[in-house]
Amino acid sequence: MANSTTEKAKAAPTETVNAMSVLAPAVGWLIPGAGHLIQKRWIRGALLFVSIMTLFLLGLAMQGRIYKANGGDILEMLGFVGDVGAGGLYILTLANDWGQGAIAFATADFGTKFMIVAGLLNFIAVADAYHIAIGKKQ
Amino acid sequence: MTITLNHFSAALVFAVCTSIVFGITHRDNAREMFRYGIYCFAMFLGGIFVAGWAMWILRR
Repeated sequence: MANSTTEKAKAAPTETVNAMSVLAPAVGWLIPGAGHLIQKRWIRGALLFVSIMTLFLLGLAMQGRIYKANGGDILEMLGFVGDVGAGGLYILTLANDWGQGAIAFATADFGTKFMIVAGLLNFIAVADAYHIAIGKKQ
Repeated sequence: MTITLNHFSAALVFAVCTSIVFGITHRDNAREMFRYGIYCFAMFLGGIFVAGWAMWILRR
């Protein structure tokens, strides 16, 4: 028992908290995929950037609506949590007053969901960048 | 600029982008990432057709 625990500890990659473990998630949140790019995971970073940007920008182009922090009801707050995951894209959208379209057709509602999902996917990408930074993942 | 996608193409774009992110973030090496991405895409696509047929049956 003790032996197998020791072996597992030996086999597990060492997790180290360093400057990159703070920088990579922060940069990755601001610019999707950038957390991977600064750690020289070029292809992964580029694919994450393209995927998340595509979803978010398509959402905007489909007249999707962006949620704000003080929405009032619980569903609006959940929408905000999803949207804010997109980081820099969310800030840029708010600053330019984009994403204010009234939902007049079904695909506009898809656009709103696209932007929320883009934010949620970026949260996953940020967590992945952190795991790479601490050495938990290659 | 306004883009109007139909339901199927919107679901397809969603499936592609989400599968790429899932593939990259849920697996450790390139081969496994690719396989898991394809698996997720197939599941999304299958789900679209199953849900589509289910709604068609329910409507009748």
